[in-house]
Amino acid sequence: MATPARFPDAYPSDSGGANLADILERVLDKGIVIAGDIRINLLDIELLTIKLRLIVASIDKAKEMGIDWWEDDPALSTGARRRELARENEELKARLAAMEASRSVDDGPRAKAEEVESSERASGGDR
Amino acid sequence: MNDDHLPDGHLLYVYAVTRPFAAALPAGTCGLDGAPPTLIEHRGLCAAVSPVPAADFDAAPLRAHLEDMDWLAATARTHQSVIAALAEVTCPVPLRLATVCRDEDGVRRLLDSGRARFEPTIERLDGRIEWGVKVYADAPAPERAAPAPEVKAATGRDYLRRRLGQRQSRDETWRKAGTLSRALHADLCERAEAGRLHQPQSARLSGASGENVLNAAYLVPRERSEEFVAAVRERTPHVDGVRVELTGPWAPYSFAGGPDDGADQEES
Repeated sequence: MATPARFPDAYPSDSGGANLADILERVLDKGIVIAGDIRINLLDIELLTIKLRLIVASIDKAKEMGIDWWEDDPALSTGARRRELARENEELKARLAAMEASRSVDDGPRAKAEEVESSERASGGDR
Repeated sequence: MNDDHLPDGHLLYVYAVTRPFAAALPAGTCGLDGAPPTLIEHRGLCAAVSPVPAADFDAAPLRAHLEDMDWLAATARTHQSVIAALAEVTCPVPLRLATVCRDEDGVRRLLDSGRARFEPTIERLDGRIEWGVKVYADAPAPERAAPAPEVKAATGRDYLRRRLGQRQSRDETWRKAGTLSRALHADLCERAEAGRLHQPQSARLSGASGENVLNAAYLVPRERSEEFVAAVRERTPHVDGVRVELTGPWAPYSFAGGPDDGADQEES
């Protein structure tokens, strides 16, 4: 138990470097979400993540193919998972629309000033 | 007090949180400012940060940038490359893209407020890496499949027969890809510490050919990594029209707790 196993070399994939979809999927949608002092993190990245999920995911094809690779996953049942994906897709579209609408409403200069103030207040806060 | 390092008009971009570590980052590790990331240690945790211009990363400009795919792609690649460099020497818990603080005190507050999540996550992920495995069905779409000139359809019936043949071979490829995905995922879950299924990717962004049928990530202890990679290779049969792609090693993004683990929702 001398040295910890070193980080393995990248697997030489046939497509060359990591593709953008793989990277965005990870850096936007995975990892720990925590508020920095700049408030934008919470709302706008979520908005972006939703848009991205709609671009990245090809749910229709999965459905169309009727292939169910979740079958062996005890946590996820067959048709339920597919229905859930379709439902989630709908829900994401609805949320995206709602968020875009609300953003354009409070996007005025006043809201922005308030946002900076409130994030400063939060950052100077008592916690 | 320590904020004299931070040039005027700059904010701190936080890539990841680790335990404090002594090893040097790999040569050539560059953050968003083109310099190696700075490490801010605070009560047993460490944040890797870079100074970034407020003109790009304050709320309003950042919001505008995030709509710009080229900017987003470049920033995402740099973010990922810093985390990959950290993963070579320690166990980074990746933060989501564009986590920005006003100054070093802000970073310390972030470490404090997230401590209850960072510490157990580091314990859980220490010594593990993530591999991505994707399965594609490369069936020729009927409209794309160019008919060989010599078998030019003589009659309508020949044409229909050929179309039917194409559809059947496509269905067959998808069926094979599905069967392989199921078996592969079950097997790799056994070998990995954890497995996650992601939504299949659309070729629009990935640029990959074929339909993505399986898009999974596996958490694997480093010392079992080679074994895992060998298993993926070995389990990859040479089936016509079905392709298995391995990506990684990644820092354990998919296991760090994302938006859907619910833990981050109730922070306000």
